[in-house]
Amino acid sequence: MARVRDLELAEDALQDALVAALKTWPAKGVPDSPRAWLLKVALNRAVDRIRRSANFAEKREQYGTMLQLDQMTEPQETDHDIPDERLRLICTCCHPALGEPAQVALTLKTVGGLSTGEIARAFLVAEETMAQRLVRAKRKIKAANIPYLVPGAEAWPERLDAVLAVIYLIFNEGYAASSGDAHVRGDLCREAVRLGDILHQLLPRETEVGGLLALMMLSDARRPARVERAGELITMERQDRRLWDQAQIKRGASLLIATLARGNIGPFQVQAAISAVHCEAPAYAATDWKQICLLYEKLYELQPSPIVALNAAVALSFACSAEAGLKSIEDLTASGELEHYQSYHVARADMLARAGRTGEAADAYRAAIALTENTAERRHLASRLEALNDTSHSRHSRESGNPEPRQ
Amino acid sequence: MQYMFLIYSAEGSGPQQGTPEFQEMMNGYMSFTNGVRDAGIFEAGAPLEGIDTATTVRVRGGAAQTTDGPFAETKEVLGGYYILDCKDLDEALAHAAKIPTAAYGSIEVRPVMQM
Repeated sequence: MARVRDLELAEDALQDALVAALKTWPAKGVPDSPRAWLLKVALNRAVDRIRRSANFAEKREQYGTMLQLDQMTEPQETDHDIPDERLRLICTCCHPALGEPAQVALTLKTVGGLSTGEIARAFLVAEETMAQRLVRAKRKIKAANIPYLVPGAEAWPERLDAVLAVIYLIFNEGYAASSGDAHVRGDLCREAVRLGDILHQLLPRETEVGGLLALMMLSDARRPARVERAGELITMERQDRRLWDQAQIKRGASLLIATLARGNIGPFQVQAAISAVHCEAPAYAATDWKQICLLYEKLYELQPSPIVALNAAVALSFACSAEAGLKSIEDLTASGELEHYQSYHVARADMLARAGRTGEAADAYRAAIALTENTAERRHLASRLEALNDTSHSRHSRESGNPEPRQ
Repeated sequence: MQYMFLIYSAEGSGPQQGTPEFQEMMNGYMSFTNGVRDAGIFEAGAPLEGIDTATTVRVRGGAAQTTDGPFAETKEVLGGYYILDCKDLDEALAHAAKIPTAAYGSIEVRPVMQM
């Protein structure tokens, strides 16, 4: 990619090389340096493709590239000599000059290796729409000359943030399942974890990369217990904790410990720590809410957003009382800042219900349902509302579960 | 006195590339350019790449924010322009963030078409 400077051409050439590998390797055996072999074949094919290109203007544009490629005759590279291109590729795909949907799609396509159809299905758009989005993004990379490189020290923190945001967005699209088929969404979670793992291998010293990977691993470990067969979402309180993937929890927790030991705390690491406290509790009743409260305080210090304040309030409602939680978001409620945020109404409804303010709780559930697109979650909220009416005479509800805190 | 001429049109509203009408329009541009060049009044001019390739930079609270697409605030009017020779978009965006108006307005960065 660095050598041909054209994402589309590079993809096509690599495709050719892979086809050649499928034809040759079974008969002649896998070469000693498969990556070097593929690169060499891909470069040759890139030259062929430029030569064959019917469009003269395009040909002229790529002529210089062709000459350069031709001069690189018989590169004696082994796998060891090839620098890892993936970090550059990730940086290009997540460039802020590309729109967020394009960043996500490009990353899944070129780094994750997903097909256009798979990405389209995961994001509930027509395959043609997704194909156009990808073509447009590649065209912009080329026409605007978005560089194919890892940015320098000055721009690095901002650009790394952009990369982490894209990976976390992919994860949340799968985890929160704002709409659509839960099964496809689980694939997105796994893909995000895989991308996080690649990034962590490339940047072992960046603590927020470790933090994000640990956060995704810990959250993903609980995923099997989150959804019933009917697609219904299960709150953390009612989850069968035996379904949690303990091996992955262990891996996520030890990664987090190693990352925190580097002493460069950031929001993803704190969120991972909150997730780890949830994972460590053998039962919901045994959750260390005081610890979670302290972690949310730390998170609010690093990231003073209304959503963090909301999650902190939920933790406080369990560590102290539902009234204390509600009191801590009085300002938020008055400002109406989160009025269009579904999780705000869900969290508030739950705290109101637990505080015995049934009428207000019902209103909040109705507000939440109106903002919910996911059918499974709508059903779940409706059952909460119903349970509220059933138990309005006795305060001890059967299921006063809280929504899983979300960032 | 120097004047700047800003060429506006809706994307796709003019003659389509490959048609005789497009060729006629290009001939029109060529004769206009040659005309003003011969008259000795030509300072600078070039076509831009499509709106698809635009990136907008704003500086708020001292931090540069980069977004995909052209500037959208209709109250903002064009107040000037620079043409800089940069090695890639990153360098162009770094310069854009240093233009003082970026702190309250927007700087749209669009590649000049290679002719």
